[in-house]
Amino acid sequence: MGKTLFDKIYDKHVVSSIPDGPDVFYIDVQYIHEVTSPQAFAGLRKRGIPVARPNQVCATPDHNVPTENQHLPIQNELSRHQVATLVKNCQDFGIDLYGLEHPFQGIVHVVGPELGISKPGMTMVCGDSHTSTHGAFGSIAFGVGTSEVEMVLATQCLMQQRPKKMRITVDGTVRKGVTAKDIVLYVISKTTAAGGTGYFVEFAGSAFRDLSMEGRMTVCNMSIEMGARGGLIAPDQTTFDYVKGREFAPKGADWDKALAEWEELYSDEDAVFDKEYNFDAADIEPMITYGTNPGMGIGITQKIPTAADIGSTTVKEVESFDKAMEYMDFKPGEVMLGKPIDYVFVGSCTNARIEDFREVAEIVKGRQKAENVTAWLVPGSKQVEKQIYEEGLAEIIEAAGFKIRQPGCSACLAMNDDKVPAGAYCVSTSNRNFEGRQGPGARTMLASPSTAAATAIAGKIANPSDFID
Amino acid sequence: MEKFKTIISPAVPITTENIDTDQIIPARFLKATTRDGFGDNLFRDWRFNKNNEPITSFPLENPKYSGNVLVAGKNFGCGSSREHAAWAIADYGFKVVISSEFADIFNNNALNNGVLTVTVTPEFLASAFAAIDSDNNTQIKVDLENQFVELMATGEKNEFQINGYRKECLLNGYDNIDYLLAQKGKIEAYETNRQS
Ligand code: SF4
Repeated sequence: MGKTLFDKIYDKHVVSSIPDGPDVFYIDVQYIHEVTSPQAFAGLRKRGIPVARPNQVCATPDHNVPTENQHLPIQNELSRHQVATLVKNCQDFGIDLYGLEHPFQGIVHVVGPELGISKPGMTMVCGDSHTSTHGAFGSIAFGVGTSEVEMVLATQCLMQQRPKKMRITVDGTVRKGVTAKDIVLYVISKTTAAGGTGYFVEFAGSAFRDLSMEGRMTVCNMSIEMGARGGLIAPDQTTFDYVKGREFAPKGADWDKALAEWEELYSDEDAVFDKEYNFDAADIEPMITYGTNPGMGIGITQKIPTAADIGSTTVKEVESFDKAMEYMDFKPGEVMLGKPIDYVFVGSCTNARIEDFREVAEIVKGRQKAENVTAWLVPGSKQVEKQIYEEGLAEIIEAAGFKIRQPGCSACLAMNDDKVPAGAYCVSTSNRNFEGRQGPGARTMLASPSTAAATAIAGKIANPSDFID
Repeated sequence: MEKFKTIISPAVPITTENIDTDQIIPARFLKATTRDGFGDNLFRDWRFNKNNEPITSFPLENPKYSGNVLVAGKNFGCGSSREHAAWAIADYGFKVVISSEFADIFNNNALNNGVLTVTVTPEFLASAFAAIDSDNNTQIKVDLENQFVELMATGEKNEFQINGYRKECLLNGYDNIDYLLAQKGKIEAYETNRQS
C-alpha cells in the first residue's frame, strides 16, 4: 500500500518508538517567540542544561510588539519585560534572534518562510498553534505547548503520537474575487471548527495547486481552525521557485540534492486516508464569519443561518449557537452584506504577506477609505513592510487614506495596544473570531484582505467582487 | 510532577461547547514569564464583569458548585496552543477535565501538567450534566488505574482510553523531559545517520 505525504515525512523523523506509547520524534527547526518560551527556558535553567541545537532554533518577538514607534521602549511594562526576557534567553543560550531593530523581524510564521528556513520535507514546531502555516511547503509543522517547547530545546525531540490523516480535495477554478482565505473559510464552514480534531490534513486538488505560496500559507495557517493538528500541501514547482535564492535556502550542489529529495514528496496514488472531503471550487464565493468560531462562516451574499441550518440539534449546541448570536448581536436570517462596521484589520500570520497588500492596493486604488472606519494595516514582517514601499503599494494605499503600521501580531490577539473596543465590529483578515480575541467585548468577522479592503472603502460590509473589473 | 490518584469529588459543570483557550485564559494574561498564579484568571471574562464583580450565574463563581473535576461541553480547549490554559486549570485546582471531545494541543498540554483529560461518550457527558443538575454535590469517581469514570449516584460508568505510556507517567509522576534526556545517545545516532 502506498504512503501518504504525511507518513513519508513522519517516518523519516522517528528516532525510536515506545510500545503502546508515543514516538520520539525529531524536530528539524523550532521557532520561538516571547510569549510561550520564557517558562521553557526557566525549565532548562532549573535543570542546568543547555539548548541542544541552538542553530536549529529561530527567534523573533511578535505578539507584544507595538506597531508604531518601534524604535522607542515598549510602553507596557509586562510586554517590555517579556520581549527583554526573550533577548536575554537567546543571548544566554546562543540562539540567533531577529529582534525589534533587525531587518528580518516580524511574525514568526511570516519570517520563517520568507527567509527560506521553512522547506519541504521538514519537521517544525513552535509554541504557537499557527505553526501549521509552514505546512504549505510540504512539511510537518504544528503548534506545541510550552512543556513541549522545553522538550525540543533540551533534546531537539518531542514525544509524538501519530495522528490520523485526512485529505481535503478542492477541484475546479474559483470565481472572481475569491481568494485562498475564502477557500479555507469555506472548508472550515463545512467541516466545522472541530471537524479536524485528531487529524493532520493534506490539501489537494487544483484549487490549491493554483495558489501561490502565500495563498497556500493562508490555507495551512487556518487548518488549526478546523481542529486539525496541522495541514500540508505537496510541494511543486511553485514551492521550489519560492524557496530558491532565499537567505537560508540550499545553494549550488546542495540545492540539487535537496530538490531531488523534495520531488519525492507526494502522497502515493494508492495511499489511504482515514477521512476524505471533496469540494467544488466553483461553489465558493467570498466568505465572512458571523459567529464566534471560525466554522461559523457563510458566503458574503448569504443570510445568517439558524442553528438548525448548520446542523445543531442538541440543546447544548443550540445554546452555544445562541450565545454566539448574542455576543455578536446578530440574528438568523439577517444579511451580512451592508452591515455597519467600525474597524478593519489587515494583518496577522494568515494574511499579512506581500500578496495580501497587493490585493488591498488593487481594491483601494483611486478610492477613499470611509470616514466611519478605523483601519489598521499591519505588515507581517520588516521585509514585507520594505517591499510594500519598494513596490509602490504604500503610495496607493496611503493616497486612499490608509496608514501602514509596523510589523507584529497586533490586533490579531490584541496583546499590544491595538485593541478593538467592546461592542465594536471589526472585519479582520486574521484567523480567530473568538469572544474577546481582538479586545474584551470586540466583535470580529473574519474575511479576506480583498473583502476587508472593500469594506473599509464602503464603510459597511462589502463584496470585493463589486470592486474588481 | 505529583502522582495521579483516584479521585472522588463533586464536579463543576460548564455546558458551553467549543470553549477556546482565549476564554480559558484571555491573551492579556499571557504576559507573565513564570508558570504561577494563572488560576485567578481562569475564565476571567466569564467569571467577572467589567467592574470585577463575580458573575454568580457562571458555575466557577456559583457557590453551589465545588470539587476538582471540571465537566465541559464538547471540543474543549480549541484554538491557541497556549499552555497557560492548562496551567490556569491546574492552578485553580482542577485535577480532571471531562468532555466528549478535546482539542489536540490542549489535551497534550493538560497531560503534561498532570491534569487528566477524560474523553467520554456524548451520552455519558449528557448524563453527567444531568446528574450534577439534579444534585450539585453528586460525586464523580475518576479511576485512572482502571480507566473508568463513574457517576456515583447512579453507578453509570464510562471507560476511557489513554495510551500506556501516558498512563504510567501520570500514575508515577514521571516527566517527559527526563525520558527524552535519557535518549540522548539514540538522538545523536539518528542525527549522524541522517547526515550520511
Ligand atoms: S498573528 Fe495572530 S495567530 Fe499569528 S502568531 Fe500572531 S497572534 Fe498568533
